[in-house]
Amino acid sequence: MDKVVKTLREAIQLAGVKDGSRVSFHHHLRNGDYVLNMVMDEIASMGYKDISVNASSLFDCHLPLADHIKNGVVTELITDYMSGGFGAAISEGILEKPVQFRTHGGRPADIIKGVTPIDVAFIAAPTADTMGNLTGKIGKSACGSLGYAFADAMCAKKVVVITDNLVPHPLAMRSIDETYVDYVVEVEAIGNPAGIVSGTTKITRDPVGLVMAQTAANVIKASGLLKDGFSFQTGAGGATLAAAQFLKEIMLKEGIKGSFGCGGITGYMVDMLNEGCFQSLIDVQCFDLKAVESIRTNPNHTEVSAMHYASPDAKSAAVDSLDVVLLGATEIDTDFNVNVHTDSNGRIMGGSGGHSDTAAGAKLAMIIAPLSRARLPIVTDHVFCKSTPGSTIDVLVTQKGVAVNPARPELAAKLKEGGIKVVDIFELKEAAEKLCGMPKPLVKGDRVLADIIYRDGTLLDRIYNVR
Amino acid sequence: MENKIAKASCGTMESSDAYMELEPVAGATQIELQSVVEHQFGESIRALAAQMLAEEGIENVRLSIIDRGALECTLRARLETLIGRAREGGSAHA
Repeated sequence: MDKVVKTLREAIQLAGVKDGSRVSFHHHLRNGDYVLNMVMDEIASMGYKDISVNASSLFDCHLPLADHIKNGVVTELITDYMSGGFGAAISEGILEKPVQFRTHGGRPADIIKGVTPIDVAFIAAPTADTMGNLTGKIGKSACGSLGYAFADAMCAKKVVVITDNLVPHPLAMRSIDETYVDYVVEVEAIGNPAGIVSGTTKITRDPVGLVMAQTAANVIKASGLLKDGFSFQTGAGGATLAAAQFLKEIMLKEGIKGSFGCGGITGYMVDMLNEGCFQSLIDVQCFDLKAVESIRTNPNHTEVSAMHYASPDAKSAAVDSLDVVLLGATEIDTDFNVNVHTDSNGRIMGGSGGHSDTAAGAKLAMIIAPLSRARLPIVTDHVFCKSTPGSTIDVLVTQKGVAVNPARPELAAKLKEGGIKVVDIFELKEAAEKLCGMPKPLVKGDRVLADIIYRDGTLLDRIYNVR
Repeated sequence: MENKIAKASCGTMESSDAYMELEPVAGATQIELQSVVEHQFGESIRALAAQMLAEEGIENVRLSIIDRGALECTLRARLETLIGRAREGGSAHA
């Protein structure tokens, strides 16, 4: 017996997809993913309608999904993030029901609790055996960790594995195992390697970015958290990566042995592991080839599920043990609320991902952002939409000074003691407005494009159209 | 002041800069603006351009601005250069 079925169409039929079905996808193949489009095109050609798509993230490669929305094949969208091209289509109002944005921790929690049940999970597997044991670590489409796919595999009524590297049973190096899998389909390619992982993620060379990065490293040092056992997460943005580089220099110079690095993992975090800054890496998603190579070969570089990474319902999650997280923002308001969902014109171009999960968990949640971008001040009176509540953000680092959340006076005192230029967030707002002029504010329309659901399941905010 | 205008351009398409072209036309002055901050600053950019042309006594031109989020001081500097080049007999990137 094996679980291999000849065609994707047959697997969709056997899995029982019908009108109104709820299907799910994970995003480790990022902007190189072929699987979501392949499955949705097939479902559309089979004539099904009213499908709910739960995808951990959506990229511009998924634009064909917009057509399935326009013609009624897809009528509900649940995701944690969407990139600008796809977000622009959604911002035009093509979907009648508001998009449900969750966080990388809230998504698996709601799948497990049954808030967002899945009928059929489609799992893109860089390598799978004939019984459905699978891994992302090997194969021509290797992407490393498959952390976001675990809840889908464990909770969906039916699980279809789609692979372009089918191997004999049993696959020894497995992350999700056969106990969850119903069907296995072999296809020519599950993704375009050029879009799956970037060759290298580049550190910024922009002098403003470097000033902010050095300041961020100095803030971490002054916070008192940088000692043996230190744990850390950073995004893959140019300035946050530069901050990690400066932090590494401090750790190596002072002989500080950290405990773990966490999150989406880049080659820079791998370097920190290999040079002894951390005991281990906790990896829910690999961003580049070096991270993929490391998770395949280094036993201290570990794959974790999204629940283990960030679920608010887990008995404990990695984010609960985080000391410091470095995060970005498109806007931050004077109450420290952060927007990472929309751009300066109110168009959707992002999402929380793990932003609000890590901000809630980390002892020090730091936003790194320039005073202004292309004539638009970053600090505003009110963010256009609230992605992460200000109560969970501790510090804003800009090139013109560091603002500390007034709820954290002890932290402000420590930073001042450490020689950091601490300023009031209102001063940063005024400085930016003096430089840029006062922008005419966006006026919200009355159409709800998306609901932002916080990690605890409450409605944090709504994204409206712009008039 | 000599107000003979030849076709000229200045600026770049970099973020936080602007690219501009000025050329004489037969009819009334037209100002064309494409800006990444159209909603927030479009009106003030058009007003600034119109004011600077008027101050220099320049009429019957087409001014096109592709604005990539330039600060007002940058826009002023670019406009000044553009007008200077147009009067010197025109030039592309110097």
